[in-house]
Amino acid sequence: MTELEQRRHAPVPALTEWDYAPAPEAREIVTLEKRYGLFIGGKFVKPRSGEWFPSISPSSEEKLAEVGQANGQDVNLAVKAARSAYEDGWSKLAPGERAKYLFRIARIVAERSRELAVLESLDGGKPIRESRDVDVPLAAAHFFYYAGWADKLEYAFPNRKPKPLGVAGQIIPWNFPLLMLAWKIAPALAAGNTVVLKPAETTPLSALLFADICRQAELPPGVVNIVTGDGRAGAALVQHDDVDKIAFTGSTEVGKAIQRELAGTDTKLTLELGGKAANIIFDDAALDQAVEGIVNGIYFNQGHVCCAGSRLLVQESIYEQTVAKLKRRLETLRLGDPLDKNTDIGAINSKMQLDKITELVESGKAEGAEIFQPACRLPEKGYWFAPTVFTNVAQSYRIAQEEIFGPVLSVLTFRTPEEAVEKANNTAYGLSAGVWTEKGSRILWMAERLRAGVVWANTFNRFDPASPFGGYKESGFGREGGRHGLEPYLRFDA
Amino acid sequence: MRHYTDPMAHAPALPRGFELPMEPRLPRIGSVDAVALEERAATLAKRSIKKDSKLQAFDLAVRMMDLTTLEGADTPGKVAALCSKAMRPDPVDPSVPSVAAVCVYPNLVPVAVQRLRGSTVKVASVATAFPSGQSPLAVKLADVREAVAFGADEIDMVIDRGAFLSGRYAKVYDEIVQVKEACGEAHLKVILETGELGTYDNVRRASLLAMAAGADFIKTSTGKVSPAATLPVTLCMLEAIRDVHDETGRVVGMKPAGGIRTAKQAVQYLVVLHETLGLQWLTPDLFRFGASSLLNDVLMQIRKQKTGQYQSSDYFTLD
Amino acid sequence: MSRLPVRKTYKLFIGGAFPRSESGRTYEAEGQNVARASRKDARDAVVAARKAQPGWAAATAYNRGQVLYRIAEMMENRTADLAAVCSGKKEVEAAIDRVVWYAGWADKLAQVIGSANPVAGPYFNFSIPEPTGVVAVLAPEEPALGGLVSRLAPVLVGGNAAVVVASEAHPLAAIELAEAIATSDVPGGVVNILTGLTEELAPVLAGHMDVNALDLTGANGQVAELERLAADNVKRVVHGEVDEQSPWTIARFLEIKTVWHPIGQ
Repeated sequence: MTELEQRRHAPVPALTEWDYAPAPEAREIVTLEKRYGLFIGGKFVKPRSGEWFPSISPSSEEKLAEVGQANGQDVNLAVKAARSAYEDGWSKLAPGERAKYLFRIARIVAERSRELAVLESLDGGKPIRESRDVDVPLAAAHFFYYAGWADKLEYAFPNRKPKPLGVAGQIIPWNFPLLMLAWKIAPALAAGNTVVLKPAETTPLSALLFADICRQAELPPGVVNIVTGDGRAGAALVQHDDVDKIAFTGSTEVGKAIQRELAGTDTKLTLELGGKAANIIFDDAALDQAVEGIVNGIYFNQGHVCCAGSRLLVQESIYEQTVAKLKRRLETLRLGDPLDKNTDIGAINSKMQLDKITELVESGKAEGAEIFQPACRLPEKGYWFAPTVFTNVAQSYRIAQEEIFGPVLSVLTFRTPEEAVEKANNTAYGLSAGVWTEKGSRILWMAERLRAGVVWANTFNRFDPASPFGGYKESGFGREGGRHGLEPYLRFDA
Repeated sequence: MRHYTDPMAHAPALPRGFELPMEPRLPRIGSVDAVALEERAATLAKRSIKKDSKLQAFDLAVRMMDLTTLEGADTPGKVAALCSKAMRPDPVDPSVPSVAAVCVYPNLVPVAVQRLRGSTVKVASVATAFPSGQSPLAVKLADVREAVAFGADEIDMVIDRGAFLSGRYAKVYDEIVQVKEACGEAHLKVILETGELGTYDNVRRASLLAMAAGADFIKTSTGKVSPAATLPVTLCMLEAIRDVHDETGRVVGMKPAGGIRTAKQAVQYLVVLHETLGLQWLTPDLFRFGASSLLNDVLMQIRKQKTGQYQSSDYFTLD
Repeated sequence: MSRLPVRKTYKLFIGGAFPRSESGRTYEAEGQNVARASRKDARDAVVAARKAQPGWAAATAYNRGQVLYRIAEMMENRTADLAAVCSGKKEVEAAIDRVVWYAGWADKLAQVIGSANPVAGPYFNFSIPEPTGVVAVLAPEEPALGGLVSRLAPVLVGGNAAVVVASEAHPLAAIELAEAIATSDVPGGVVNILTGLTEELAPVLAGHMDVNALDLTGANGQVAELERLAADNVKRVVHGEVDEQSPWTIARFLEIKTVWHPIGQ
């Protein structure tokens, strides 16, 4: 008996620490040139402006490469190249052949996926786990999906005789550089158009690697043109009179400016703008999974997501429990080197964005909200912001109204489904919403009433090339993805 | 005859919103979203831990192991060999610690007790008509009492899945309470047999029920049914433990058993444990692996970490 | 002295493997000894198809599309070999392009064939296509490759598994295709190809109680009898055109499932 007692009562001390290793993805797979020209007519050419600017890595402030600043002349050359590629070849090509080019591109993106993922994380700051597991696979999938539509347009729009528009000008943001490129180029090409794409000024590099993929796929020159530069290059593209269509993803402010610019012209337009999505949790939600969903909703990609669940609307009866679980979960988020496979939260994309986030967070504190941030060691160099939660937030506070585009969540409460709908819809935006409840009928009831282009039930930030995405109200118009995503790139003779 | 409600009166504090029913119904236990749970487990499985922490983790995995043999063909000779292995897993490397316990059928408990005398290795016995649990309660309780009388430190019982799946939750609860009583000083692990429960919702309910009834540990499986332990099911049970701890302060341990064969998997389980319950639970007092072939793989990985070379199973004893 | 070539043995394609006929028989076609499948081989093929079908149906549509595209890649690689056993390169290229065409439908069918239905009541109602299961296909006698591909691709795209009776007079293209399929990440059993006498094999498949649909495009003369046998388990019977290419062809091998759910707080 004594021996039993001895065995039973000999305490074994718990571990005192437990640490994850840096698990960095090798950088060497990416070969960076010192300078990248503009990709026009199938070749890299020097910008007429003679201007170059650096692309820096926001996690280290290291200069990665220099890219050209396209001016009006450059944009004109690109549009001309796109136009002649359209007239001379692409519009006359058998749709099945067009499809096969796109299938080739899809396959090559998949083959070079590791290279693209590393480059994306270096240039943009997002964790490698995201670029590797989400951005790049989805980009390949978008090309694969739209490749299949190229020779089936008559089934997508029966009896309407769909035809391409011609030359599409496309301006994309810095939050999902390669994925946004895929969302734009794949349907445009599948529909038979040629494109001039302007990547965001802080993240041009994956687009320039994509240009090389076009070369590998033997895509006819001029079908895809990439003009790098800041807002001036974008403005030149919007103002060009031989562009049949403009597709823009970015801030609501710039979207409105473009819409004004194109007023009175024939140029078609689609806009995918900002959001201030409500993530709504009911008391019967699967709570631990809902908390995971909140975290994914606002901290995925550092909150640089137009459809981010930046407002948490939690049913008051589970408020305490939810906030406690949320704060505890924040403590286990890992912020750091984007190339580290263990990193959950990467760098803020630019100094400018960091300043914006900081300003809005200060306003939250000033207006009386209560701030919570887990203890987080921010690296010395680079742009970083710790994941943040605000409680005691009123609907009128700037942090509840304005899009922060950073890892900052505002928590509000509601009592009934009607109240949740009211609060969720009480915004000029309307891009997305989340609903967490185990009750199917309530999911559908909420989905019916939420004025948002995408409703996620018991999940968040899910994307698929087959699933249409786009906003209501000031979040923009037009849809990307799915059969609906073809429509903006076609005209209909019947 | 004791009144049906007496065990309830002595039960430890229950999680808020959980009333023990007079009829079988479980209010507001909450649900588990399977898709999100499995995704979370998969993300945690991708975590990479520091080299030094790896050695620590392997060492911990050994110290957390319940080395198990549960075969009809078990003999005193077989169990004696297992006990030697349990006390000194790697004869070549004395720095490798003993395992937490050996786990055997009741008839083999005396051999194990004798063999392990003087060591820190505990004797765990399965009981309650393991693995099926399909015997009258009187038989199951006698099974427990005999095993305890033979000298078992720990009892691994099975819940009555037939009763659970037909909605007779009160019976399941009552049996656990009575088994806990029959254990006396021995500590009680309650096997849910998650592979038979069908859904994570049921796993969560069974976990909360077992904890309410007095379990010291909740355990996934008997190892006789597939699927046995998985990362998502473990995560689900750890979340239930966390909720009980949040509500009542009660500290309950967890044991995944069956299907964990490699050191890499063991480390994944420890990652899930660490991220869900924190450092406090990273001890054999609160976490065990029910395994047999896992031990040799961990020993091979320890030696690989120390020597830098990949190992062969020829160099590790099979007991 | 010229080198003696190592000649190929033409066997059946069942469950991802190339077995001889269990009957040990062969027949002569296109100058070769070709396996002559028996009713037991047909039985085994259906068992293999049934086993493989749920996994194939459960794969994402994207994945099925990719696998079909891979078949096209492997066929392209074997263009010369395939051309040698059919009418030539043009037929092979057309067949490859047709596989690519069908591959692109996998992740679009639900959008064109399915629907959300506006019922008069507080219910969400949607209709989705699902594969019917195991499909027996009688491949057209000609074109040896193009005919087979035209009838097989639409069956696979939707998530069905197929048991194909190859052209009796021109079976070599079918086995060549089987080799391409075997290297295309197609799960074993999703495609099974039997060479032999159509008259012998067709009734076995037409009357098989575990086959869900029957494509009679390649039947000659036995049609009424086969349709009668098919009625025993209410098979879906399809008469196709040798050269058609349409999503409605795919739809012939799909079921439509409609789901209702109330909308309420």
